[in-house]
Amino acid sequence: MTLTREIRAAFVSMVVFTVVLGLGYPLVVVGLSQVLFPGAANGSKVYVGGKLVGSSLIGQSFSDLVYKNGKVELQAGEPVTTPDPRYFQSRPSATVPPYNAAASTFSNYGPNGKNTEQFIAGNISSYLALNRAPGGTWYDPAVTTAAQVPVDAANSSASGLDPDISVANAKIQAYRIAALRHLSLTEVDSLISRYTTGRSLGFLGEPGVNALQLNLALNRLTGTPAP
Amino acid sequence: MTVQGWGQIILYMVVLVALGYPLGMYMARVYSGERVLLSRVFGPVERLFLRAVGHGERKGQTWKQYAGSLLLFSLAGWLILYLILRTASIQPWNDYAGTTFHAAPWNVTFNTVSSFLTNTNWQFYGGETTLTYFSQMVGLTVQNFVSAAVGIVVAIALIRGIAQRSGKQLGNFYEDVVRTVLYVLLPIAFVAALVLASQGVLANISHYLSATGPTGLTQTIAQGPVAGQEAIKELGTNGGGFFNVNSAHPFENPNGFTNFFEMLLVLVIPVGLVFTYGKMVGRRRQSVAIFATMFILFLGGVAVAYAAEAHGSPAQHAAGLHTHVISGSTGGNLEGKEQRFGIAGSALFDVVTTVTSCGAVNSAIESYTGLGGAIPFANLSASEVIFGGVGTGLYSMLLYVLLAVFIGGLMVGRTPELLGKKVEAREIKLVALGILITPLTALFCTALAVASRAGRASLSSVATGPQRFSETLYAYLSQSNNNGSAFAGYTGFVQPNAGNVGAHGVTFANLLGAFAMVFARYAPILFALAVAGSLAGKRVSPPGLGTMRTDNGTFVVLLLGVVILVGALTFFPALLLGPLVQALTGHLY
Repeated sequence: MTLTREIRAAFVSMVVFTVVLGLGYPLVVVGLSQVLFPGAANGSKVYVGGKLVGSSLIGQSFSDLVYKNGKVELQAGEPVTTPDPRYFQSRPSATVPPYNAAASTFSNYGPNGKNTEQFIAGNISSYLALNRAPGGTWYDPAVTTAAQVPVDAANSSASGLDPDISVANAKIQAYRIAALRHLSLTEVDSLISRYTTGRSLGFLGEPGVNALQLNLALNRLTGTPAP
Repeated sequence: MTVQGWGQIILYMVVLVALGYPLGMYMARVYSGERVLLSRVFGPVERLFLRAVGHGERKGQTWKQYAGSLLLFSLAGWLILYLILRTASIQPWNDYAGTTFHAAPWNVTFNTVSSFLTNTNWQFYGGETTLTYFSQMVGLTVQNFVSAAVGIVVAIALIRGIAQRSGKQLGNFYEDVVRTVLYVLLPIAFVAALVLASQGVLANISHYLSATGPTGLTQTIAQGPVAGQEAIKELGTNGGGFFNVNSAHPFENPNGFTNFFEMLLVLVIPVGLVFTYGKMVGRRRQSVAIFATMFILFLGGVAVAYAAEAHGSPAQHAAGLHTHVISGSTGGNLEGKEQRFGIAGSALFDVVTTVTSCGAVNSAIESYTGLGGAIPFANLSASEVIFGGVGTGLYSMLLYVLLAVFIGGLMVGRTPELLGKKVEAREIKLVALGILITPLTALFCTALAVASRAGRASLSSVATGPQRFSETLYAYLSQSNNNGSAFAGYTGFVQPNAGNVGAHGVTFANLLGAFAMVFARYAPILFALAVAGSLAGKRVSPPGLGTMRTDNGTFVVLLLGVVILVGALTFFPALLLGPLVQALTGHLY
């Protein structure tokens, strides 16, 4: 076996592998998935009234744009938003802007950082502020200090696109939603249990509540029109 | 910690062995040249391929010829991948993200190419913001297959060297590679990809979606042919994400089931190969001893990581959070973790991915607690022998077995031997070098990066105190071990816009990382093949009364000791400066 023949073998084999494994394999997987699982393979899209509102697998920010002098306020090139209290709020997200599903990223905050503490403390105070009615009373009187805030509401997710919030988190926010949307707490709680995804096969992973589906169901219940 | 969490972990181990054992037996048949069920379909393809590359006669190769083929094959792969990644702007589908993609800068591409060639898949690149669908499929997916195959065939060659009764041939490189791809990787990956796609992992070639949420905010949602790459990324212990956040992304890993399934894909071949070894050398008890050693180290890692993460981090406690389990919440250190995986599903994935050379992550390792983060460090310090990457884990562990045999031999004062083959000065020199290259590369690169201004430029803006050292150490430890998981704040790529306009790479980090990956991949491979060649020619002496057994509890303890001691002696001082400081103190920096 001469060197030239070995070099030829190396390149020929890489080209063959590139065609078979780089074009053949992925395209067959795409083609078959499109036939067998079109919904799942195309991003588990969610439509309301024929319009795409998001993906049931990808979290989003339920916030409103902030206007200043009739124009959308910008900060570092990104629009400033404020959480819409009528909607269940998703977990904190480290992407820019939050829930940017075209550029996922971790927060990368370390376990022993002072800045991590500030970041978490900031998330906690935003969460508690939302639990506070304009008159100064608490929507959920059982959650008034940091110690009562569930961890998922204070810590950012890995992907920055977490579609779920914990059941504990949803049940706290339910008080606010019920008050602002003039629903009974039982009505909201029953929606929460309907949109709680259990553990896969009953024991894999953790239960969570899909925020987008829950919010859309709320809109249906109260007859809130799509934007 | 919860009962359910532990239940999930224990079930994982049981299913893993139940799948790994038969796969190992099957692989033994594949590499002994036997016909298998798939030969009917792929047999003609295999013959055609071997004829096309000029190895139709499947001639056995000596270790030098085998290594030569392997190196040239890798070089060709490197050049082709570099060409593909650098021509993004003329590729099809390059504007599907809403903006036309340009190639990533040369230094980032240099790093990415080296990382995919070496089965590392270190991510300085950003997935959905850096690479076109074409680059991901035709470039990265291909290397996910063949770099995994290269790792596996080296392990097989070493096994043949140990098992060989006569002759010096280790097999034919091209025959081994094509059989690995056709009979092992491709069929499993294909089925796995469809399973994942059924669960919500993307499998399309569509434009990024634009959605308008209930409050009127618009959201652009990345798409792509993810499922195919996701399957082989786990199965080949590659770990390079289609998306920046890897398997934490809901489109790569949508639920608890896919999380479990992906973890099985990662370890099934490494576990299987342990049993392939016993079958091919004709002593199944050898496999059990090696498996037991790996299993003990693995279980220890899982237990510590799970407990540490469930306890929560000092920063959380300082902010006033309570991190115990309450009704409806997992508690624990949920910073950088997804709700659907929780603490147990994240900690287990973390250990699975760092004992192997996979490096896929479903949570942010940089945000792990000091002790929880020390587990990936420890796994990497053990040079990926706890199951390890496909093939690499087994051949590295076999080097440790030879070292343990040698040390045991010294203790009892007899010529050390493995399965009747005498282990002599030449082999031990090669083994020692093979074992030491990876840690030396890691420590050398870390020192260089910590000591130089160019190296410190990569430090994350949010890392403080010892975390800054941990980040650097992890970066070079991970790249030297061809793992690819990261303390992801460590930057080698500054990318202000998606599509690489105006992006630039950090040359120092990219090139040093590439060096670490390439050197610490191919040097140990050469030593492993040289050991194989050296053992292949040896006569087998029948076991006597004084022969040290390598398949009983005593040997497991000896092997454990050797693995832990080598890892601890090389890395303890470095680990003390970073993760251990963080684990031992509640102090904030």
